[in-house]
Formats: sequence, C-alpha cells, structure tokens
Amino acid sequence: HGPYQPHEPGYGLDQPGYSPYEDEIPDPQARMLAIKNAKACLLKTSTKSGLNLYDHLANILTKILDEQPTNTVDIIENISKDVKWAQFRKKLDTLRDEHLIPPTFEAAEKYKALFIKEGGEEEHEELDEEMPSLPNVMETAFYFEQAGIGLSKDESYYILLALKNLINVQPIQTCRFWGKILGLEMNYIIAEVELREGEEEEEETGEEGEETVAEEQKEMGEGEEEEEQKEKEPEPPKSTYKPPPEIPKEANGTGTNKYVYFVCNEPGKPWVKLPPVTPAQIVCARQIKKFFTGRLDAPVVSFPPFPGNEANYLRAQIARISAGTHVSPTGFYQFPEDEEEEEGADTYEENPEFEPLPVAEMVESLATWTHHVKGILKQGRCVWINPQKSEENDEDDEEEEEEEEEQQQEERGQPLLTLISEDEGMKDIPAWTAQASTNLIPEYSVAILQSNRWPGAYAFASGRKFENIYFGWGHKYNPEGHTPALPPPAEAEFPSEPGITEAVDPTVEEEIAFKAAQEEALAEAEEEEEEEGDDD
Amino acid sequence: LVQRDYRFERVWFWGCIQGVRGAYYIAEGLGPDRAAPRSRLYSLNCLDWSLLTPATEEMLALAEQVKGRFQGDPSFEYSLAEINTEAAARLVQSGKEPVIKEEARLVATIEHIDRAVGIVPRGAFMKTPLGSVHENRHFEGLSLVEAKKLSSYFHFTEPANLKNKTLWEKADLDPSTDFLDSLEHDIPQGSWSIQLEKGGTVVVLRSLLWLGLTFYHVPMTKQFGYVYFGTGEKNLDLPFML
Repeated sequence: HGPYQPHEPGYGLDQPGYSPYEDEIPDPQARMLAIKNAKACLLKTSTKSGLNLYDHLANILTKILDEQPTNTVDIIENISKDVKWAQFRKKLDTLRDEHLIPPTFEAAEKYKALFIKEGGEEEHEELDEEMPSLPNVMETAFYFEQAGIGLSKDESYYILLALKNLINVQPIQTCRFWGKILGLEMNYIIAEVELREGEEEEEETGEEGEETVAEEQKEMGEGEEEEEQKEKEPEPPKSTYKPPPEIPKEANGTGTNKYVYFVCNEPGKPWVKLPPVTPAQIVCARQIKKFFTGRLDAPVVSFPPFPGNEANYLRAQIARISAGTHVSPTGFYQFPEDEEEEEGADTYEENPEFEPLPVAEMVESLATWTHHVKGILKQGRCVWINPQKSEENDEDDEEEEEEEEEQQQEERGQPLLTLISEDEGMKDIPAWTAQASTNLIPEYSVAILQSNRWPGAYAFASGRKFENIYFGWGHKYNPEGHTPALPPPAEAEFPSEPGITEAVDPTVEEEIAFKAAQEEALAEAEEEEEEEGDDD
Repeated sequence: LVQRDYRFERVWFWGCIQGVRGAYYIAEGLGPDRAAPRSRLYSLNCLDWSLLTPATEEMLALAEQVKGRFQGDPSFEYSLAEINTEAAARLVQSGKEPVIKEEARLVATIEHIDRAVGIVPRGAFMKTPLGSVHENRHFEGLSLVEAKKLSSYFHFTEPANLKNKTLWEKADLDPSTDFLDSLEHDIPQGSWSIQLEKGGTVVVLRSLLWLGLTFYHVPMTKQFGYVYFGTGEKNLDLPFML
C-alpha cells in the first residue's frame, strides 16, 4: 500500500505515472523528480477558492502542533474547516468596510437615553409635595428575589428608570410596577398609575355619546321609511333581533377603571396608555384564551368575536388579574369611618393602627390576607348597573313589555375587603399557596403568596411592606382545559305565516275535483235562478 | 456532591416543578454518552436528592391521563378509578392498586417535557460514525442571523421526521450535525416564541406547549441551556390560543 489512498478527494495523485511508490523507483534522480511532481500537484491551486492543498495541509499541521488538541484524528475535519474559514475571512478584508451594526447597539442607545437626566430642569432636585412617588422597584425586586421570582437586576433597574421617565412625562399621582406579561414576539411591561384629578379624558365619552345619538336617529329614520313602504309592497319581515343593551363602562377612577395602565415592550421604548376597559370586553375576555403577540394593534381573532384589538384584550386581562389577585395583609387597609354601607364602599385608606403580623402567621393562615380590589361581576363591572335604566329612548311599547319579562337579577359581588380564605378553590386545589421564603433564617424570611387561579401572580409581605406583582402569560388557570363557546343557534329567519310557509301544491286530481265541485255549484245556482225565473 | 455520589460526568439543574404545597427541584446527570437515557434526581429542598426511576411506557401513558397540578408530596396517590377505568381495571387484575403515585407522575412528566421540548442549537452535538453522540468542542455558537431562525434548533431526542424530508433537503444536511429533528416542523405551527433580549445578546426561546420551558443561548458563544419552571402541565389549549 502507499501513503496516499487514491479514493480520498483532494489528493490529485490518482493519476497514473505520478505515484511516488519508493519501492518501485530505484533511481534517486527519478525519485526526486517524483517528489517534485507530487509537490507540484499539491501546489495546484484550486480554481474555486484560490487556495492550494499544500499550503492548506501545512496550515493544518501547524495549527495542530500549536494547539495540540486531544483526539486530533477525530476532529481533523473540523480543524480543516476552521483553517479554511480563517483563510476565507482574510481574503474578504477589503470588502468588509461596512461594519455590521448588531441590534445590540441600538438597544444600548435606548438604555443610555434612560440614564440621561433631563438637562437643566433637574439640576437641583426639589422635593415638591406633589412629586409623585416613584415605586422602589429595586426594593420590591429584592424581596421577590427572596422568593425566587422576578427579573434580573439589570432589567429591574431599567424598569425603574423607565418608570421615572413615565412620571416625568405624564401627570401622575401614584405609580406602581404592575408586572410583566410575556408575548409571542415581544413582552409587555406594565405600570399601574393613578392620574392626577382632572386629567381624565373627556373626549372619549363625548365621542361615544355622539355615536349613540346618531345611531338612534338612523334607526328612527329607517323605521319611518319602512312604514311608508309597507303600504306599497309586502315587506320582508323585519328582523326581531335586538342586540342586548350595551352596558356602559365604568367611569374613569372607579371600579375596573380605577387605575390607568401604561405599557411598553422594553424599558426605553415609549410608554403607551391603554384605553379604559368596557364590560363587554371583560365578558368576552372570560370566554377566550389567546396568546399576546406583543404588538398592541394586533387584532384578536376569536369566537365570540372580541370587541377590540390586542390593547383592549390586554387591558381586560389586566383588570381581571388585578381584581382576582391583588391582596394585602388584613387590616392594612380599612374603610374610612364615615362610610355607612360597606357594599357601596369604593375607597379604602391605610390603617394607621395596623400592626404587622409575624411572617409565620402570615404563611399559616390565609385569613391574614385580603383583597383590596373589587371583584368583577358577571356583568363585567364592579358595580352592578341595571341595563334598563340606560335605555332612555323607548320607541315602541312592545319593547318595554319584552324587557320587563327578562328582568335581570341584581348581581352582588363580594364586598371590598374580603379575606382571601373565602376564595373558592378549583377541584382540590386551594386558590392560594403560601410559603415562607426560607426556613433557615426565620428572622428575615418573607411571606410569599402564589395564586393558583392566575399562575404568575405573586404577593409578598414582610412587616409593613407588601407588594403584588405578576409575571406570566396572562391567562387564568383552568384545570379542565379551555372549551370555546359554541355558536348560538341560528336565528329563525322568518316567522311562519301562511303567506310565507310552503304548502304542497294541489295535485291534478284535486284540482279537477275542485273545478267539478265549482261547476256543480254554478249549475245549481243557475238551476235555482231558472226555477225562480220559471216561477215568475 | 451529587456528581460525586452518582459518578456523573456532568450534572445540571433541570428545573423546578411547582406543586400546590411545595416544589420539586429536579437535577439531571449524564454519563459520557450524551444521548443515553438520563438519570434524574429530585429534591424538595435542594439538599437531599433522590434518584428517580427511569420512565416506562406504561407510566408515561398513565401520567398523561392525570390532569391537574402536582401536589408537592411525592407519596401522594392519585386515584385512577375516576380518570381511566380501563387502566384501573388492568391494574387491579395484575394485583396492584389502581393508583398512580406522584413520584411516577413526576418521572413521566419530566420525560415528556424532555422529549417534547428539550432543545439544543444546531451544531452543538455531533454524531460519530460509531453512533455515539457527544459535544462538539468546536461549536462556537450560532450567529445572530441563525439564532433567530427556528430551524437552527433541534429536539434532543430520537429523530422522528428526519427520514420524511425530501432528498433535496437531505442533500443540504450534514449527517454529523443534522441528525436530529429541527423545530421548524413542530405542530402546531408557532408553538415556540423566540425573542432576543438585552439588545440581541441573548436569544430566548419559550415553549408554548409546555408553559414554563425556557431555552437560552448567547450567540457566538458556547453557552446554551434550558430550564423548566412551571406547574408541570401540558398546555392543551394551545390551538385555541394562537
């Protein structure tokens, strides 16, 4: 055998006449010639890449001897590839003028903007009384880290700075980091704020009012036209379908719209305000389960059709999560003393006499925690409203009668500060799981509460400090799996009237019999007349 | 410590399955062959580790029937009679009780998760001609462009679809690195969410089928890995949610 296997590619020595088998060439001169020929073959430049085998092999061997990797024979192909790749890069150096700017730098610039203070105005920091309280995100993050929940320190800091920007831009009274919702393409970072009084948008309600007035006018106009036409031609029957009365949304500042939410995809990107939520959206959001894509203007394709785009769906989910999982230690909040009815209470204030319970007690019983957000009723609001009151223009008497028959039961939700021990569990699973963050150091451990109904909602309490947060996909836990709503039965198109319902056409025999009967009747009548005539 | 006791070559933290009353921390260990069935250990407090028996097909089938959260107690027994009377009847015939222990369910769930969504970047593992799989020491990481594509990630299990590809696609494949199923053809389409974080320095893939499985990779470096933090339940509503 020879040192060069003829079947291996790259070795152009399978040409007869050049094989340097030493034992076949006795003449040293010829051997030198053979060696030179072999080397010349190796030096043959490849037409594709401009390399030649001899240099390539030399490079490989140099590299191996330099680096001395283990098991060289196993990875020799990779080494060969690497060497070729290195060669390749050097060749294209002249063309590499354009330095590829990885997206890292763009993001870094955005983060840098966060770090820059607004020049000039904040040379000296005034402590106004109206200065909104910046939530101490880092402190919250620390506590949650004890529980093993949370974002990285970097991200928390960026969020803190982004919130600071938000406060500077918008007129905000209080602000809180609500949490992060994951999406398919991008995630959402959500801040819960309370705007200063008087800053609520009145434009939207104005627009809605105009729209409804226009619709009603349209309806009345159509009714008149149809009545005129009825006299002329038979009309296709009017549809008897009346959409259920629209339940008005709660005013800004109360109930589900108590807080305003701002979202951004990443800290550094501009904050977008989410529109207030309507009860119809909440009711629909309860029936669908969709992932968020990360773009606020994405349409939500579902059945039943969701009234709105992803921004509305996000807002509805935020409202549900807040209503379901925002808790605080019992006694931290109390009703102001001059409130008579607890059911109608919408406000709560901090209890100055609150004495924090030790962590062990907080973990043991769930009665030490209460909801401080009102639950959402089936209707989609926090405060039940009678939809009949909202219809002020009753056109026909018939409509009134129908509605009275369908009176809706007044819905009563749980009063505001209810203990979470009264939350229903699902099957065997309690609604909440409480743990202490560590058993080894009881002095500094923190009580952690995880929600089982909304996986991803956490709350912690340690002494006077407590906080709620949400990290997750934004969906409720359903042990049985999600079943989409069935489409409603198709509406009957036309009422059955004799003019419309099909009847079997009379057969030929029946027609003849009928005709014969008629002729008989005529004949009888004629006979009678003849008789009468005869009588005369 | 675990590595020493069980004589593993490599040990890593697999993740955490949260039960109602407590959480399980899972670790995995491997011998020299990377594709061999892995030994798994679980612990309730990260200090005492117990070995889990490897999963059998029967266990896997049974565990799929059990729905709902884990309890957090390894000796908790699920009564099978409610769930699947057939399986319960079979078990009763063979003399065992119609229950499935939470430990078995744990084993089966981990196996499911690993099979379904355990992923690695392309090129990280190589198959030698002898058939054993080991790490590619020359793996430098995916480039940014490649990292964004789903096709650069493979399932780390026996390939099921590899032979179904057309000859044209097979010609592009390199048998030493492309011996696993790529993520592109996962059903349903779009069951992975791929995101770049930190301005593109880290690429994060999240599985939507098993909510809580997160895979990370730093492009142009050798770092990658996946971890599971969640309730241990398959997301059967996925088709409705996309």
